[in-house]
Amino acid sequence: MIEVMDRTKMSGVSMEENNKSEQGALLSINDLHVWYELRRFGFGHAGYVKAVDGVSFEMAPGETVAVVGESGCGKSSLMKTILGLNIPTKGEIIFDGKNLSDLKRRELRAYRFEVGYVQQDPYGALPPFMSVQKILEEPLLISGLRNKEERLSRIRKVMDEVKLYPADDFLPKFPHMLSGGQQQRVVIARAMLRDPKLIVADEPVSMLDASVRVEILKLMHALQSEHHLSVIYITHDLSTVKYFSARIFVMYAGNLVEKAATRRLLANPLHPYTHALLAATSDPDARNADTFKEVPPGEPPSLVKPPPGCRFHPRCAQAITGVCDVQEPPDFEPEPGHQVACWLYQ
Amino acid sequence: MNTTPQKLLHVENLVLHFKTTNGSVQAVDGVDFDLDINRAVVILGESGCGKSSLAKAILRLLPRNVERYSGEVYLQGQDVMALDEEEFRHNVRWAGMSLVPQAAMNALNPVLRVGDQVAEPAMIHLGVSKYQALEQARRMFQHVGVPEDFLNRYPFELSGGMRQRVALAMALVTSPSLVVLDEPTSALDLLTQANIMNVLKRIKHELGTSFILITHDIATSSELADEVAIMYAGQIVEVGEAKEFFPAPLHPYSKMLMDSVPRLRSEADPIFITGQPPSLIDLPKGCRFAERCPFRFEKCDDEPPMIKKDGRKVKCWLHA
Repeated sequence: MIEVMDRTKMSGVSMEENNKSEQGALLSINDLHVWYELRRFGFGHAGYVKAVDGVSFEMAPGETVAVVGESGCGKSSLMKTILGLNIPTKGEIIFDGKNLSDLKRRELRAYRFEVGYVQQDPYGALPPFMSVQKILEEPLLISGLRNKEERLSRIRKVMDEVKLYPADDFLPKFPHMLSGGQQQRVVIARAMLRDPKLIVADEPVSMLDASVRVEILKLMHALQSEHHLSVIYITHDLSTVKYFSARIFVMYAGNLVEKAATRRLLANPLHPYTHALLAATSDPDARNADTFKEVPPGEPPSLVKPPPGCRFHPRCAQAITGVCDVQEPPDFEPEPGHQVACWLYQ
Repeated sequence: MNTTPQKLLHVENLVLHFKTTNGSVQAVDGVDFDLDINRAVVILGESGCGKSSLAKAILRLLPRNVERYSGEVYLQGQDVMALDEEEFRHNVRWAGMSLVPQAAMNALNPVLRVGDQVAEPAMIHLGVSKYQALEQARRMFQHVGVPEDFLNRYPFELSGGMRQRVALAMALVTSPSLVVLDEPTSALDLLTQANIMNVLKRIKHELGTSFILITHDIATSSELADEVAIMYAGQIVEVGEAKEFFPAPLHPYSKMLMDSVPRLRSEADPIFITGQPPSLIDLPKGCRFAERCPFRFEKCDDEPPMIKKDGRKVKCWLHA
């Protein structure tokens, strides 16, 4: 069953509210596993890279969620699977009532139009040999919009929304003629062209200068609000999450180790890894130079042979021997809406 | 010009212009600054301000299309600009001051063991034997926190954070008094960044090394900075002690830059600066920030001098 939403009626819903119970989740991820097979010499089986190993969450329409984690935690694989670029090994992705594995090729293509993707490196994401006009026409051409006038009208509308005006000044330009911030706006415009319901933004501002980051984040926030978009904001910059997401999911070695409303998590981080991430985030303060930061020793584990039990236990100062190194913790919910996969909260 | 004994580095009117088909890029346009022994100065600026070129200018790592390179650079009282290329290469670069360039972790030679790579500068610039150089490499590995058995490994066997530490060890192996770091943490994860900053702090404390840290990451820069210099359009527009600068920047650009940083521990709403920095090929007359400055007035049509005020320096008519 496909729900038809009249988005104009939803402007009264604030970012913080979770209207799951009224509308039903837009995106439902259930026990998702994405394992990449390792082959020895091309055809022998040599194990799996368990990039996503049991991830479950729900997102309501119009909700923004930040997925925070370092490299190798599996967030890129999670994102690619949500975008339909990977086939899950186990588990399901249900978008707008449809199970992704059930979709035939044509329907999968249609799905990909409903999910927009904002990449990390704006310069790498834009083909250097295509003008802005050609870049923005491409998705429309692919989805069969044959009438040039209609295409240009749609493009101008989207460029206006991302504040690239006057549009006619930008249309003939090539990516290298634009600043980083302008390039990222083109990337966002491209993602918005097909009127998606969900946007996956992978580190959308990390390659931009400090003074431009906020501009782009505010733009994305305005677009999200105006179009009632759901956004998955993947980042490792914790200082930006409170400006742009209602909930935070912390990812480590293929698992979501903590899930909570943004304010709650920042005020009261429960998982030792979340603690470590927050402690490692600096604010510009001259007193920082006088102290050393506490960083958990070691490195994130191999996803081929993760440690037994909780994957963070080898680096955790509070690991309970006999428990944390033996069994993987389930999700506990010490306070409503705040889940943490850690034996300390049993 | 003679310098007082405490000044490790004295830079005066440093200029580096590049020739390109579009015109002359005035990347470093009259930079002055001083650095004391065992201090860290952070050069903050955004892309296109010329900060990477400043690093290269100090170390005389010049490309072929240099149009103009001039100024005074004194390292420990010695006029290094007067040295010829060979003397500079042998005695100053690496032996006196070294560089950890941007993405250094990716610049390691993939077919050589990391221990050998770290030992190489010691052999070349200090003239020691391979055995002694490897001993020195081992000591540096300890300082940067890389386990000794990694000496025999290849770069691909190390994580990004480890490789960055190896690059740092390589810059330290000749015991230079000054290390210039160009964006040392930008490609690294959060916890790894924190680790590297810890390493730099420890080295400053244990070895007495001075640092010039060039970055656009304002928050991380506060982890090491004793002094802050803000760079804009090829010039330094403000210099001050970190403890005075961070709470109260003076120059309008510095203020807006600080206000644009999202903070984890504060509710302040970050701003953004409209417009873009001027192209280094086509610089405006007068103050280079004037077109974006909310406090612009008639005097800004003339280029402001560097005004000294209460031990701080700011290039802005508002403080004249």
